[in-house]
Amino acid sequence: MKRHFATLSLAAGLALAAGQALAAKDSLVLGMVLEPPHLDPTAGAAAAIDEVVYANVFEGLTRIDRNGAVKPALAESWTVSDDGLTYIFKLRSGVNFHDGSAFDSADVKYSLDRATAEDSTNAQKGLFEPIAKVETPDPHTVRITLARPTGNFLFNLGWGDAVIVAPENAADNKSKPVGTGPFVFKRWVKGDRVELERNGAYWGSPAKLANATIKIIPDPAAAAAAVMAGDVDAFANFPAPETMAQFEADPRFEVVIGSTEGETILAMNNTRKPLDDIRVRRAIAHAVDRKAVIDGAMFGYGTPIGSHFAPHHPAYVDLTGRYPYDPARAKALLAEAGHGAGLKLTLKLPPPSYARRGGEIIAAQLAQVGIEAEIIPVEWAQWLEQVFRGTDYDLTIVSHTEPMDIGIYARDTYYFNYKSAAFRDVIAKLNAAVEDKARYALMADAQKTIAEDSVNVFLFQLAKHGVWDAKVEGLWENSPVQANDLTEVYWK
Amino acid sequence: MAVYLSRRLAALAITLLVASLVVFLVLEVLPGDPAAVMLGVNAREDTLAALRSEMGLDRPAAERYLRWLGGLLTGELGTSYTYGVAVGELIAERVALSLPLALIAIVLSTAIAIPLGVTAAAHRNRAADIGIIGFTQIGIAVPNFWFAILLILLFAVELKWLPAGGFAGWDAGLWPALKTLLLPAVALALPQAAILARVTRSSVLETLGEDYVRTARAKGLDRRAALWRHAVRNALIPVVTIMGLQFSFLLAGTIIIENVFYLPGLGRLIFQAIAQRDLIVVKDVVVLLAGTVVVVNFAVDMAYAALDPRLRGGAHDL
Repeated sequence: MKRHFATLSLAAGLALAAGQALAAKDSLVLGMVLEPPHLDPTAGAAAAIDEVVYANVFEGLTRIDRNGAVKPALAESWTVSDDGLTYIFKLRSGVNFHDGSAFDSADVKYSLDRATAEDSTNAQKGLFEPIAKVETPDPHTVRITLARPTGNFLFNLGWGDAVIVAPENAADNKSKPVGTGPFVFKRWVKGDRVELERNGAYWGSPAKLANATIKIIPDPAAAAAAVMAGDVDAFANFPAPETMAQFEADPRFEVVIGSTEGETILAMNNTRKPLDDIRVRRAIAHAVDRKAVIDGAMFGYGTPIGSHFAPHHPAYVDLTGRYPYDPARAKALLAEAGHGAGLKLTLKLPPPSYARRGGEIIAAQLAQVGIEAEIIPVEWAQWLEQVFRGTDYDLTIVSHTEPMDIGIYARDTYYFNYKSAAFRDVIAKLNAAVEDKARYALMADAQKTIAEDSVNVFLFQLAKHGVWDAKVEGLWENSPVQANDLTEVYWK
Repeated sequence: MAVYLSRRLAALAITLLVASLVVFLVLEVLPGDPAAVMLGVNAREDTLAALRSEMGLDRPAAERYLRWLGGLLTGELGTSYTYGVAVGELIAERVALSLPLALIAIVLSTAIAIPLGVTAAAHRNRAADIGIIGFTQIGIAVPNFWFAILLILLFAVELKWLPAGGFAGWDAGLWPALKTLLLPAVALALPQAAILARVTRSSVLETLGEDYVRTARAKGLDRRAALWRHAVRNALIPVVTIMGLQFSFLLAGTIIIENVFYLPGLGRLIFQAIAQRDLIVVKDVVVLLAGTVVVVNFAVDMAYAALDPRLRGGAHDL
């Protein structure tokens, strides 16, 4: 018996040793659907760019963490003047770019000036628009003066578009990104993968992974096969929700359904007849059954929304009950607006499956109340030109993935063509407010105003489908910003 | 022969010129602004204008066409709008995958198809023939992407012998690279083999009925020798024609297979470039492919001459 016990403990010891050997695994293969067009987050809108380099290769003055909170990054701390116009950032010392050159206030000034310059190709130039001037009293201090108070300014500096680059590398960042982050860019086999490796000289706590490979797999069936075969360790945004049940049933994998910043809406052209009539817009809102759309198009994944606001935000107001699914009410509203005999509208659908699949379901629901929606599938480039820029459409479905973007309803020209002085007033006040309490109250007003005006039909918050090896820890559950932050990822 | 060659070269030049003009005009009328695609929904008007001028898109169409054409002639293919690297480099990387893949697939499909087709013809209407016809029927009917998924499920997910997709790259070594190309090559080759086998069968059957085969048999050649030496060789002309077409298809038309196996090949490059309005890449790849088709056709014609001495002599030699 004693001997038996000894054998057992030896076996246990061996198993433990084997376990430790496995735990030493320090490389990760992460799957992504879309390939980034290039790797410079300050010169392109593609989410895929940030999904490779944000927080991994590049850092800004502030950063957004997994919960959407603003955290210090290259700025160690900051103070904001009482009028909300002057921000003084104390920069971290001992920070180097990956090429060995030192990071200081001149790099910050260069990066921000570059983003606001006349020939800037920054896709989010609007974020920097409030900046009046950037000064560098000393190498570790930056003073930013704003033209008007901007409540979201620290959050905005945490966007991928606001990362700090060095003047000597800025031009080459598209193909050879050089940042200050915990991972160094190694190589990019175009069409196939991007390889990153740990930055040994990182200023903060070093990454736990020694190597990370981001593998591009555009086809959903191929993505499922790659995860099943173990070629890919993790998919933070898995493209095939229809296969989630299969992964959930398999103990080798962890399935994590999180939330994104993607408000998915049935957008309406508010100035085009007959959608300029609020009764017609409300009729359409009553005609759409969100639950059926989520079940049918998204396999049940997605949180219903009643306004253009993320449900996980503390200022969220649940307005999903404002226009309950009620075809009879929709018909009555249409009749009241003089369209009792029916209506014909176009429905332009971009490529993502939420739009194409969701569009078919919505068209069927609209048909129930006498609206004939002609489905026109379009590519992204066409959508941008015809729908977004040309506003040549009646209805379209799209997910607005930028964080905290309710302000788009206050823009002079935006493709919904919504023009409300009351709403603009709320947003102006919001931009000027600094206190959280006041800001949240204004955010609630903003949500209610656009719901009341039934600007668009607010469908659901796009879910984030994460599938990864059950032994991988530290990936983000939600995506408050578009990122695959690998800094805290490790193997159990 | 010299006249013949120069005529072919002139045809090549004209084809490329027409192809370049057509693709340029088609992309001119195609809706979608490359700058808007890159900068997305929050881009401001001045940012878009800055990017357009950086990419040279603010120049008149005629100037852009001539500049591009001049670049092609001097081997300067331009810079990709989205990737920001030289298009030549981008194409070279993709050709390093697509060309070997197409070659492996064509060799595989020929190695399968010709013996099958000849066997079927030699055993016309007997069990072997009926079996082969049945097999080729299935091969033609089964879509290659579905067949590819079955291959992945069996060899990658279940048996784990081969990777589910991706390309290791030639710098990873010959075998690791070939390993990643094996399943895609099989998925591409089998449907092509099915078509080729049927063409071979009917072509051999036709030549088997020819007088010269009967003469050969009458001279005392046995069935086997008459079949391989006289019937098959003469039957190869239509087979080579189909192979030429298949090769062009394999080089460019593999978008679906490249997606299923997520291979960074030419097909994916052009597909992605169209979606992202990377127009310079689209234009260059289309011209390259048009050129390849012409060159392959030329090679096919040369193969005819090797197969059939009658096509060698005559007027062309004058």
